[in-house]
Amino acid sequence: MLVIRGIIITIGLLLIWQFIVWAGHIAPYILPSPWFVFQTLFQDFGIIMSQAKATAIETVLGFLIGVGFGALAALIIAYFKSLSLWLLPILIVSQAIPTFAIAPILVVWLGYGIASKVAVAAIVIFFPVTSNFYDGLTRTPQIWLDLAKTMNASHWKTLWHVRIPAALPNFASGVKIAAVFAPVGAIVGEWVGSSQGLGYLMLNANARMQINMMFAALLVVIIITLLLYFIVTQVLKRIIVW
Amino acid sequence: MPNINNAYLRYGDQVLFENLSFQLAPGKITCLLGPSGVGKTTLLKLLAKLTSVGKHDELHADIIGADGVAIDLDVAYMAQEDGLMPWSTVLNNVMLGAKLRGEKKDIAKAKILLEQVGLTGALNKKPKQLSGGMRQRVALVRTLMEDKGIVLMDEPFSALDVITRLRLQDLAVELLKGKTVLMITHDPLEALRMSDMVYVMQGQPATFSEAIIPEGTAPRDASDEKLLALQGQLLKELSRVDLSLLP
Repeated sequence: MLVIRGIIITIGLLLIWQFIVWAGHIAPYILPSPWFVFQTLFQDFGIIMSQAKATAIETVLGFLIGVGFGALAALIIAYFKSLSLWLLPILIVSQAIPTFAIAPILVVWLGYGIASKVAVAAIVIFFPVTSNFYDGLTRTPQIWLDLAKTMNASHWKTLWHVRIPAALPNFASGVKIAAVFAPVGAIVGEWVGSSQGLGYLMLNANARMQINMMFAALLVVIIITLLLYFIVTQVLKRIIVW
Repeated sequence: MPNINNAYLRYGDQVLFENLSFQLAPGKITCLLGPSGVGKTTLLKLLAKLTSVGKHDELHADIIGADGVAIDLDVAYMAQEDGLMPWSTVLNNVMLGAKLRGEKKDIAKAKILLEQVGLTGALNKKPKQLSGGMRQRVALVRTLMEDKGIVLMDEPFSALDVITRLRLQDLAVELLKGKTVLMITHDPLEALRMSDMVYVMQGQPATFSEAIIPEGTAPRDASDEKLLALQGQLLKELSRVDLSLLP
């Protein structure tokens, strides 16, 4: 049912789009028709895919690093309670810095290569992961903590066997958000300075008014995002079975 | 035989209870019966060292061991919520204590106890596949797996339907034989069926009644006339509460 609904919605939107272009006599360099976008996608499939590969690699690396560091940060501030009073404000302040604004600095620091894009993606998703996971770690049901205490469990064992598993559903929410935002981070990174990737392709196409290429690249970004989200959701569903 | 002396709980200038003293009879089931809001659960958690004290609260109990020296109670704890870990199987749930202490798991003992509560077929099931009564039986086994001097039970069967509750009371009495148990409940029938000694806790500040010792041995028949008469008496006493004190 979901698949059928998805197909109907997609076809419906494409038809409306096609109709607007056709009825409004809109020039292809303002708004290309969906048909034209598909044509571009097939004609320049090789170029687009080679750029997509770069973006996909940056996205996945940024996702893994961001989720890893995000989870680690949450564990550290949950385990060392006194430290959290110092680290939590820093964490929140760091999130107040707009990623767009520091992306150029990251390019200066880390170069035009893949590292700066991975860094932007990781920074974008770091906070939602930390915040969600930390939330879960501090909201362990009292009964489990009481049980652990009467069972003479150490602080560490309680964290490992009780608080972490109890927080996994919250962690999963953070990771799902991360899956959606990781490609955005990678594209932003490419946008401010790069020599490859879909962001780079879009930037060039935009400068040459090849709006059809813009849309084709955009379509691939959407597909990468959906694919990552789908894979992540499936994996999480396998791990968190309760 | 631990003595609990001079237990008190004060929130600011409100006194929930003070000067409470009682003795846990070794190898027996002692029951604290009282209306909700009287401070039973807090008293129990105090004994289990599970309470975190607020800034303006005063909470204390002297726990004196047989030789007259102050001790910490080493307790196994069972609450109204089963507290089963949804990610673990039944078998792993009952061996939680060993895992949390990093000890070797006694699988044989776990299997024997699970068999005694009729859950042999559920060893590898997850808690969400079980009924409320089954879950509470798993919790009971988990409590028994803890080889502690004292078992504290906080209204362990109050979330169950009447029939399941009666069955679990029988089962619990049988399995807890020889253990020193302190149970709290607001159900007079439960108290009278299961315990060797009942204290009624009520009032504000709360005080204990004289110990009530029901006739015969637990688990007592729920239709026994003397028991029912005593239940009626207790119900009357419990409902004789100042309405302004009701939670």
